[in-house]
Amino acid sequence: MPIDYLIRRLVHLLIILFGVSVLVFLMLRMIPGDPAQLLLGEFANPEELAGLRSQLGLDKSLFTQYWIYLKNVLQGDLGISIRTEIPVAQEIFVRLLATLELSLAAMVIATFLGVAAGVISAVKQYSIFDYASMFLALVGVSMPIFWLGLMLIYLFSVKFSVLPMMGRLSMGLDVPSWSGLVVVDSLLAGNVPAFLDSLKHLLLPALTLATIPTAIVARITRSSMLEIQNQDYVRTARAKGLSNLVVILRHTLRNAFLPVVTVLGLNLGLLLGGAVLTETIFSWPGLGRYVVNSLMARDYAAVQGCILIFATLMVMINLLVDFLYVVLDPRIRVHD
Amino acid sequence: METIQDLFRNKSAAFGLMLVALIVFTALFGPMLAPYDPLIPAPLDRLQGMSRVHFFGTDSLGRDIFSRVIFGSRISLMIGGISVAISLVPGTLLGLTAGYFGGWLDSLIMRFMDILLAFPAILLAIFITAILGPNLTNTMIAVGIVYIPHYARIVRSSVLSLKQQLFVQAIGHLGGSTFRILGKHILPNSLPPIIVYATLGMGTAVLQAAALGFLGLGAQPPQPEWGAMLSEGRKYIQLAPHVAAFPGLAILLLVLGFNLFGDGLRDTLDPSLRSQ
Repeated sequence: MPIDYLIRRLVHLLIILFGVSVLVFLMLRMIPGDPAQLLLGEFANPEELAGLRSQLGLDKSLFTQYWIYLKNVLQGDLGISIRTEIPVAQEIFVRLLATLELSLAAMVIATFLGVAAGVISAVKQYSIFDYASMFLALVGVSMPIFWLGLMLIYLFSVKFSVLPMMGRLSMGLDVPSWSGLVVVDSLLAGNVPAFLDSLKHLLLPALTLATIPTAIVARITRSSMLEIQNQDYVRTARAKGLSNLVVILRHTLRNAFLPVVTVLGLNLGLLLGGAVLTETIFSWPGLGRYVVNSLMARDYAAVQGCILIFATLMVMINLLVDFLYVVLDPRIRVHD
Repeated sequence: METIQDLFRNKSAAFGLMLVALIVFTALFGPMLAPYDPLIPAPLDRLQGMSRVHFFGTDSLGRDIFSRVIFGSRISLMIGGISVAISLVPGTLLGLTAGYFGGWLDSLIMRFMDILLAFPAILLAIFITAILGPNLTNTMIAVGIVYIPHYARIVRSSVLSLKQQLFVQAIGHLGGSTFRILGKHILPNSLPPIIVYATLGMGTAVLQAAALGFLGLGAQPPQPEWGAMLSEGRKYIQLAPHVAAFPGLAILLLVLGFNLFGDGLRDTLDPSLRSQ
């Protein structure tokens, strides 16, 4: 991979992140309402308000405020949350791990279900399974996931009472926080009841979040498999007498995986967006729910920090997918 | 004509169009179809289940959910249409400008589009709505702005390929003005992917607006917007799941209709993208 391409992409990434930070900073200042008033309440006197504004730096010019913000961000300081008075970076880190746990679980579900459905559809093209799974995939991408989440809660938590409807762990259970991922931590601690309980808590939100990516992966896997199935080398593999399963696993699926990987990578961004809604429905203490609550409370520092993290993750993922593409298929060369 | 025949031969596209047509019909004749006023509360009838009197049951204020879903179709279709128009017009103009003129203008426009694309769509929409204030008009503006970069990218890539075509270059050499080349030759030839994306975009816009309504940032009570109705239904999910079930089902059917129709349209207008 040419080094100048890598450098160019990294410069591009920095420009985007700089643009995002400026845009978020300016947009936040356009939100009607005074954060100082919001914090002190409507009965605060003008002196108290002026004091807090000065303390928060809101009395300085926009340029100065941005400059201070940028300098702090570059030093890893995202400011202090005006709601909780805890450093935003610390708050984000804890919540990011919760979002990561949810997104990874959703990604695992999407990969297994999506690839399986796509492969079977391609192998049994024009069968009832093919039509049914592709129709379901289309329903999946058309589904309001917040509705699906509510329906799953009703079915599994209210009607059959088999899965919990919110949170990450039941009351009374406690696991040490090593990785920040409750499922992993409970497993590492050898706490089987907590492990099973955390898995139960994870299942409904992860299924909800996985709906759209599963549908997309299934469609891409199917069309990619169909394309590869007609290649000469697959025909040769069959002519050699290899079993159907070996041809599918070793020759077709392996080569069909390239677009699937791309879609999976790009879907990580979709998952971050989906997390905002899923976390709200299931009261999952992640970054998505935190950013919505912070926005409602006009917690500037928290919103700025969260969106910067979201945007950084999005552009980094896109960059990684591009690189992975080149690594997976050496025929692909980077062009100017 | 042949295109339309092809489109109707595609069963899933025809089914999608039928779903959309059904909802458009419901929206147009809403007042005649709805058995009750969607806004007037009836406290004595609150949270009733499905029955012959109330097909979809009633909500927490005793309003008939069937009537509210019918009237909600008007709002959702309006959101879809206006949001898509808000994204499509500036997106197309920006894409045309960036692709045709190239150079620093292209870099400037496309870098700004990249910045907008760096936000998860729903987050940007939430952000814009928070700035403008939570109501239906601002929801449409927010959803519209979020998708401007998508149209700009699609149009730009079409323009980049079209401006290399001989017929476009010939018109330039013959003294055709930039405005004429863009308006009479490049834009009409860029339309198929725009039409396909706009059709699929209607479904996406409905979903995003419903999500904003669900978060309390979209249409405000007592408007019968499907996302806001779902949000209300969430509070009663244990007692009366039907309050959330039907508005969600309505969203699903409308979005499915647009997606099926959009897929069919893509296969017909742009066979190179045809899914196998």
